[in-house]
Amino acid sequence: MKVALFVTCLADHYFADAAVDAVRLLRHLGCEVTFPDAQTCCGQPAYNAGMSREAARMAHHTIDTFADCEAVVLPSGSCATMVKKFYPRIAADDRAVQAAALADKTFELGEFIVRRLGVTRLGDGLAGRRVAVHQGCHALRELRLEREPAVLLEGAGAEVVPWEAQDECCGFGGLFSVKMSAVSAAMADRKLDTLPRVDWVVSGDGGCMLHLDGRSGARGCGVEFVHLATALWRGVDGHPD
Amino acid sequence: MATRISDYAARSRDAIRDQPQVRTAVTGATVAFDEKRRRAYGEVDADAWRRWAEAVKNHLLTHLDDYLAEAEARLEANGAQVHWARDADEAREIVLGLASRLSVRSVVKGKSMLTEEVELNPALERAGIEVIETDLGEYILQLLDEPPSHIVGPAIHKKLEQVQELFADRLGTDPGGDPDELARAARGVLRDAFINADMGITGGNFLVAETGTVALIENEGNIRLTTSLPRVHVALVGIEKLLPRMSDLAGFLQLTTRAATGQPIGCFVSLVQGPAAHPGDDGPEEVHVVLVDNGRTDVLLHENAWEALRCVRCGACLNICPVYRQTGGHAYGWVYSGPIGSVLDPGLLGLHEAMPLPFASSLCGACFDACPVRIPIPELLLAWREEAQQEGLTPWKERTALSALAAAATRPPLYRLAGKLGTRVGATRAARSLPMLRDWSRDRDPPRPSPRTFRDLWRKGIK
Repeated sequence: MKVALFVTCLADHYFADAAVDAVRLLRHLGCEVTFPDAQTCCGQPAYNAGMSREAARMAHHTIDTFADCEAVVLPSGSCATMVKKFYPRIAADDRAVQAAALADKTFELGEFIVRRLGVTRLGDGLAGRRVAVHQGCHALRELRLEREPAVLLEGAGAEVVPWEAQDECCGFGGLFSVKMSAVSAAMADRKLDTLPRVDWVVSGDGGCMLHLDGRSGARGCGVEFVHLATALWRGVDGHPD
Repeated sequence: MATRISDYAARSRDAIRDQPQVRTAVTGATVAFDEKRRRAYGEVDADAWRRWAEAVKNHLLTHLDDYLAEAEARLEANGAQVHWARDADEAREIVLGLASRLSVRSVVKGKSMLTEEVELNPALERAGIEVIETDLGEYILQLLDEPPSHIVGPAIHKKLEQVQELFADRLGTDPGGDPDELARAARGVLRDAFINADMGITGGNFLVAETGTVALIENEGNIRLTTSLPRVHVALVGIEKLLPRMSDLAGFLQLTTRAATGQPIGCFVSLVQGPAAHPGDDGPEEVHVVLVDNGRTDVLLHENAWEALRCVRCGACLNICPVYRQTGGHAYGWVYSGPIGSVLDPGLLGLHEAMPLPFASSLCGACFDACPVRIPIPELLLAWREEAQQEGLTPWKERTALSALAAAATRPPLYRLAGKLGTRVGATRAARSLPMLRDWSRDRDPPRPSPRTFRDLWRKGIK
């Protein structure tokens, strides 16, 4: 299958290695990966701030950029949700059909592997690793990816450890973490304070990771955050640690 | 109306820093409430119940004029007297007028957010009337002169030790008294209040139009006494609290308590049908129902806000909300806090007065999953945000930055350049003094950009 990678702003600039791992993983699973060069920002920052007209302009650009692709995969549950769930809400009437078509063929990385490719076993590369999963809220409650990351991690041999605040928002929320920084940081503290002893915290959302890692660093918690794409690529048999 | 909403950001920061016990108490209690709700939802086909309740309330709200007329006629047929209050001033005047006409000197109250909303207690006290809150949590807060911080658990932000100290000081209980002992002491005071009161004032969870029945849910029995012992009962009911039929009430009573506390039904459900039929019968001599608008009609007419009127005030969205859990309700600055407050307050008070509440959310969406009447709170928050942007109620720097992002994102070469520069400049020490990044950096280590962007790595070729 031909898969277009929609890398997203944060993965491009802050999690470039994870995006590379996503490419390797998709190729390993038999996909031909393309990277449409005109791709930019999905528009979520504007949409969440209540600037839906600006968000719609970005949506239209993205719709055009990925129009001819067979499938679009994002290493971000949040941006995938923007495309899948929110583009159809904000796209202009004359783009409604294309918006719906793009929504149908767009997937978050883990979602794509489990639901579209039907793969749950990647290898044994994560045997012996204790991990906790932080699901971004959009992945969890909009895309309903309740089990997918854990299934894939367990399928690669990891032990996924239950986490009291597992389903709670980490407090990132984009602009929210800037405007309401203290509450946002307290929300991260609740996640960090309830975190069981694990080797990695794995997440499919770079925004949550920047925020949680930044808070963990400021408090000296020493937690290691690993992007889902990197964790899964490490899970593939034979990949060196 | 006096609110302290506008400095939410500063006061939430203060609350987290200066009152760590509030955060501990609120998080502990709301996590427990939410677990009970989940269990109670799990025992029934909660999804089907919620869809049914949503449909009933939508029907009610789209035929509200008819049902209000029906409710008034039925209430009057039952012998209750109906009053209409356009706003908070009128609501207070109606109650004060009744109190004056009936020579009321002492009032007992059941817990009611609407009476908080219309600021009834201070008005009664100014008129020289003694007011005693009889819900245990409300009674504690009355002694402390604090407003409730949660729709269902008004004193949820207090720890046992604080109540022990308060009661030891005011009621002479043992400083280490257990909750039963404390409740017994409060009951001693409240029994006398019930017996001596001339008027009982309550809210109303529901008002059934078909039968003219005010329904009240509680666990302590204080509402039963408030509605039955004094010679006058006054119920203040928001106009959105109606239900069409008695058969609807059966479902709503159960759904509301399952959502609120995880109980299949409240320990007490009082159905107030009117005054005592004959002199000497049980029940009050007069029953008055004050139907309060106070901005609700405006909310109903607002295409972005009207769904918030389905709210049954169960508090489930507060309990599940990770934002509410960090500060409790007082930081929000008005009567209705948490997710529902952030979508209802802009409707009731006007958006300008309620800023920045629509932005006091990470949009995590947990509230929608918990809401028994499926209010799409995240969507309503976004709609209010959009209105705030259009009316220029947000910082201009924020609007400019996002417009610039949109402009760049539709011009790929510009976007690539801006992205590279922005990321690199953003990582420098100097950038941390920028207003946008200052708070972020105060609370967190700065993000570390990748040495090469993915785009560069892709161009080089990925093996």
